[in-house]
Amino acid sequence: MMNQPILSVRNLTVNVDNTPILKGVNLEINAGEIHAIMGRNGSGKSTFSKVLTGHPEYEVTGGEVIYKGENLLEKEPEERALAGIFLAFQYPLEIPGVSNLDFLRVAYNARCKYLKLEELDAFDFEDLVEEKLDIVKMDSAFLARSLNEGFSGGEKKRNEILQMALLEPTLGILDEIDSGLDIDALRIVSEGVNKLRKPDNAFLLITHYQRLLDYITPDFVHVMYQGKIVMSGDKDLALELEKKGYDFLEEENLVAN
Amino acid sequence: MTMLKSDTYSQDLLQLTENQTLDFNSNLASLVKEIRVKSANNVVKLNIPSDKDEDWRFTDLSDLQKQNWCLANKTDLNSFVLDGFILEEASHSRLVFVNGFYAANLSDISALSDENIYVGNLSNLDEDKIGKISEYLSKNEPKNEVFTALNSAGITDAFVIWVKANTKIVTPIHLLHLTARENFSCFTQPRILVVAEAHSNLNFIEYYGAVASGCSDSVKQNYYLTNAVTEIHLQDNAEIHHTRIQRESGDCFHIAKTTAFQDKNSHYTINEVSLGGKFYRHNLHIQQQGEETQTNLNGLTMLQGKQMGDTHSEVSLTKPHGTINQLHKFIIDDSGRGVFNGKIHVPKLAQLTNATQLNRNLLLSSKARINTKPELQITADNVKCAHGATISQLEADEIFYLRSRGLNEYDARHLLMDAFAAEIIDKIPYESLKHRLTQCVTCRTLE
Repeated sequence: MMNQPILSVRNLTVNVDNTPILKGVNLEINAGEIHAIMGRNGSGKSTFSKVLTGHPEYEVTGGEVIYKGENLLEKEPEERALAGIFLAFQYPLEIPGVSNLDFLRVAYNARCKYLKLEELDAFDFEDLVEEKLDIVKMDSAFLARSLNEGFSGGEKKRNEILQMALLEPTLGILDEIDSGLDIDALRIVSEGVNKLRKPDNAFLLITHYQRLLDYITPDFVHVMYQGKIVMSGDKDLALELEKKGYDFLEEENLVAN
Repeated sequence: MTMLKSDTYSQDLLQLTENQTLDFNSNLASLVKEIRVKSANNVVKLNIPSDKDEDWRFTDLSDLQKQNWCLANKTDLNSFVLDGFILEEASHSRLVFVNGFYAANLSDISALSDENIYVGNLSNLDEDKIGKISEYLSKNEPKNEVFTALNSAGITDAFVIWVKANTKIVTPIHLLHLTARENFSCFTQPRILVVAEAHSNLNFIEYYGAVASGCSDSVKQNYYLTNAVTEIHLQDNAEIHHTRIQRESGDCFHIAKTTAFQDKNSHYTINEVSLGGKFYRHNLHIQQQGEETQTNLNGLTMLQGKQMGDTHSEVSLTKPHGTINQLHKFIIDDSGRGVFNGKIHVPKLAQLTNATQLNRNLLLSSKARINTKPELQITADNVKCAHGATISQLEADEIFYLRSRGLNEYDARHLLMDAFAAEIIDKIPYESLKHRLTQCVTCRTLE
């Protein structure tokens, strides 16, 4: 099984409140690859990321998702996380009263426990975090604050990447990581992701804009439209989309109908 | 056991205090006797409140009235009982009462040997302070509060903190009241008097606990009743930081009245944490007597099983430029019942008041219940007053966020609950106490 894909999605259909949102998604991601899914609002991109991480509000009605040879859909959200799936949220939640540092340590140690590695005490963990902070150019003052509370949009996103750096996922899913970022923050976040890239992991970027892909070069670009991946290509597809806009899909769709 | 009739119940409780001996010098004795008689006269006119009384609508005292209470005895305890109660930060600034009686052998005030500070019991108060005590003890006591009147009618001694003008004490003062269990339903009436003269600054911890083996939540056979009254006087520019911990055992009825009198430009902060008891009622009353006072009221009440917890706060403003910040939280599990009532009076005289009040409640079970009532009475026309109450369960999205980082649902829920409590606990300035309370919260939520 040398060439077993990290993620294999076949004909996935998903309802939210009995409304079909995903209508047969197919996607295969191999180790070392970066995939980007583009599409306009409401096309199902974010739903797809939530389904992969096991959000309870999404009902899978058909198809399958195989992650490293195992049926992903029967796993609880935390089991998926521990198995190496990480979602950087589009809107990271603010949780007052939980210190960022404590939260990172609890999450890190949960993963250590799962991997049967030694858990880190507060001191050793702080050393580790200090090291990782540099990846996202974050000040250590952020660690003492409550998780995401009062963070700016850019700080929240950097904090997501910091979590990803600590948890070292096999599959990192970045849901509109570029939204709400100015150019400097976008560069820092993108460079962070690039530094985390390894031959045995993979990334799935979800974005509206080609801009992000100037910083993180995808191997594959997919276009999602009305709950399906309707087009796949290399990074040039993103440029083409940027030029033509999403409207041309409508025209193509009309032609197809 | 004969059941006491409810219509004479308050008088039956009063009778328990009638033959108490007063160990005071003659000046103090006559003054205290006067207070006792005046208060006893109030008690006989009052019934134990029922749900017909607005202030007790949701707080049922019928279980209390099923008990046949007897006064707790003076009990000598060995100092090893203090193990679970000593605070690192206040290890030599501690005053201990057991069953309402001063326990000199358990107290240690060696860190407070400043002639400008008196920390001790009422009986040992020096003459010049006795001369002034009528200005402070039992001051402006309302005539319609039966439990407060009962306490005043039964004063035999009191914790006293008295800090002279321009004196700042950094060392926290720990007032510890312990109940030693008896083989009958025992009744104690702790009393605290705090006087902070002009430009003084002090911080103290008022702690209620019971001497019991193991976790103090385990229910023993006999109930006990703690009826506490705390009076705090802040003169001009005085500053007091007050921490009040109710960690009684699970078979306690704890009824308490706290009054803070604030003179001009004084700052009063209370952080109240209530974890124990079968029944808890706290009447917290702030009486503003001067301009530009600042008041911070923070509270956390945790309830589970069939616990009942009620905080009634009342801030009476009479002067301009007062500031009030209030945040009270409840975490209620199982069939616990919480009541919050927050009154703030802002009459015309109190222009430019700035008040915020927030009551946040986390309900963890379908049988948990909270009755909350913010009550702002404003007749002044140039004030800022905001109030709110929220009732929530744990947010599904927050739980999902934590689970997506590898925490299981159970741990995610408890992390969020601890965080909810931490907002109050973190305001307590004593690390060892904060640590202990956090453990208590975690222990109880991990049941």
